[in-house]
Amino acid sequence: MQLHKIKSALPAGWYFMQGDEACAEGAIAAGCRFYAGYPITPASEIMIRMVHRLSEVGGVFIQMEDEIGSISSVIGASWAGAKAMTATSGPGISLMTEGIGYAVITETPCVIVDVQRAGPSTGQATRPAQGDVMQVKWGPHGDNEIVALAPWSVQEMYDLTIKAFNFAERFRIPAFLLADEAVGHLRETLVVKKDVEVFDRFKAPGLPPFGTDQPNGVPPMPAFGEGANLLVTGSTHDPWGFRKTADSAVQARLTERLIRKVQDFKSEVIETESHFLEDAEVGVLAYGFTARAALQAVKTLRKEGTKAGLLRLVSIWPFPDEAISELGKRCREIFVPEMNRGQIAGELKKYTRTPVISLPKTNGEVIGPAEIVEEIRRNRV
Amino acid sequence: MNEKIFQMINPQAFPTPFCPGCGHGILMGAVLRAIAELEYDMKQMLFVSGIGCAAWIPSPHFKADTLHTLHGRAIPYATGAKLFNSKLKVMVISGDGDLSSIGGNHLIHAARRNMDMTVVCANNAIYGMTGGQVASTTPIGSLTTTTPKGNLERPFDLCKLVEASGATYVARQPVATPIPLTRILKNAIVHRGFSFVDVPSPCPTQFGRRNAFRTAYEMIKALKESCIPVEKAKSLDPAELQGKVIVGEFVKPEEKGGRP
Repeated sequence: MQLHKIKSALPAGWYFMQGDEACAEGAIAAGCRFYAGYPITPASEIMIRMVHRLSEVGGVFIQMEDEIGSISSVIGASWAGAKAMTATSGPGISLMTEGIGYAVITETPCVIVDVQRAGPSTGQATRPAQGDVMQVKWGPHGDNEIVALAPWSVQEMYDLTIKAFNFAERFRIPAFLLADEAVGHLRETLVVKKDVEVFDRFKAPGLPPFGTDQPNGVPPMPAFGEGANLLVTGSTHDPWGFRKTADSAVQARLTERLIRKVQDFKSEVIETESHFLEDAEVGVLAYGFTARAALQAVKTLRKEGTKAGLLRLVSIWPFPDEAISELGKRCREIFVPEMNRGQIAGELKKYTRTPVISLPKTNGEVIGPAEIVEEIRRNRV
Repeated sequence: MNEKIFQMINPQAFPTPFCPGCGHGILMGAVLRAIAELEYDMKQMLFVSGIGCAAWIPSPHFKADTLHTLHGRAIPYATGAKLFNSKLKVMVISGDGDLSSIGGNHLIHAARRNMDMTVVCANNAIYGMTGGQVASTTPIGSLTTTTPKGNLERPFDLCKLVEASGATYVARQPVATPIPLTRILKNAIVHRGFSFVDVPSPCPTQFGRRNAFRTAYEMIKALKESCIPVEKAKSLDPAELQGKVIVGEFVKPEEKGGRP
């Protein structure tokens, strides 16, 4: 991925900041100049920060009539040339799902922040959860390949938002920042560096905007008003955008490319972090806010003489299959604490035969280190 | 003029997908004529549509930027594009089901915001593409595939709806009168702010044949004969207006006052 450096929007230095606000700052730093949103707990702080920051940098902000309107205007703005974003929580993602599928098939770059809260439905609006990890991947009908990143700190609310923009633009996909209420409302130190690395949209006038010679290519993306006579449609289309709703060859080629343009280059996206895994016998896999407790739990177990180690998923989708299979070879069992009923624990079983033990918690509270230690002690083979 | 209009159309888009007798072709011609007469550059235009027969008027026919969106969502897509690039001249062309039923919320909010765009509703009072189901614009008593004993629900008057929501230009003119329709479309396009044109357009395939119109000609003739200009309608009482289509400009910006 070809990145180039630009000056940070915020002066370099140390800040004490809330996770949601750091996310907004990351968006501005990445070049986001369009934001559409609808109020929802616990993501509203992102929207409020964006109003002020976008007016300072000459961007556009609009509060839409609902989340469907938000994702729709984000897609419209993206085709007008904007790096565009919206932020919401689970109920908003549910409403945006059809639009997310539209962004997938029309290959529209956009960033969607999901500050997860306890569901299902309205659930507990002010309580954290990780129940949307499957929803962002499998929400839209039909197959799709998207990117989802899971921040565990205020620092990552900033850093991973920038990365989400880069992946969205690089692959022409909707990219998700899969945060949760705990990390969204957390306040801690944010270090802003002098420069930010960003990816700018690929332009190549004259080339088709919806097809490439390669079965895994990302086509160039013109904007409205550039004279490209763009034909953008959510129906199956040929490389120039003409609807081909009964042509099985066009459908096959398009659906394959939409997957392969990300899958074939997933090493650019996949990011994991290993803690004490060199000699680990007991594996712990965690992501997002839960990984903070998991790391502490691993340290506690180590003090007791249990050789525990943590694999933290920084990116969740595309799924880090090779890292999982490595972890399985290394450990006798893998514990997966998560604030849902075992969504990622189930996914792990596709890639390893090592026993996977789910440690779910869905009472609207974060998982503490002591709980993980206790469960591991109790469940060890 | 005709030569000019053909240059505004993608040759690959032919043959047109519309049924024989469909009014949407007349509307397509009127939109292109309005743009040609105004001498607007198609390269500065963005046409946004939702899902349904009417959504195919701009996409893929028009040789300009077109955005064929999700069902009901044309207006918020257009809103995002217009807000980010205000130089674009944005026109939404979609059907009555798309704009007023599934997309009704976006319609009233764009009118409330006075978003600078033109929304043209090709209103055939039916869901045509999906097989002739009742719409939120279908007259009481009409037979449709989902109201086999006649529609019991009252239809929307879309002009009144968007007027009440704050639209700053509101008009209605059917495809049966293409010359006044072109004139009204021109007024709507040059208007700065939210302009809305309700364009009754016959659907002989899904509406006409179930409701005693033996031919497309009969249907378009009946539509033309039921039109009453808004000025004349003011002097008539409700009984006399029963079954009539009131046409003309309902909301106009001040003659000299500029932007309302």
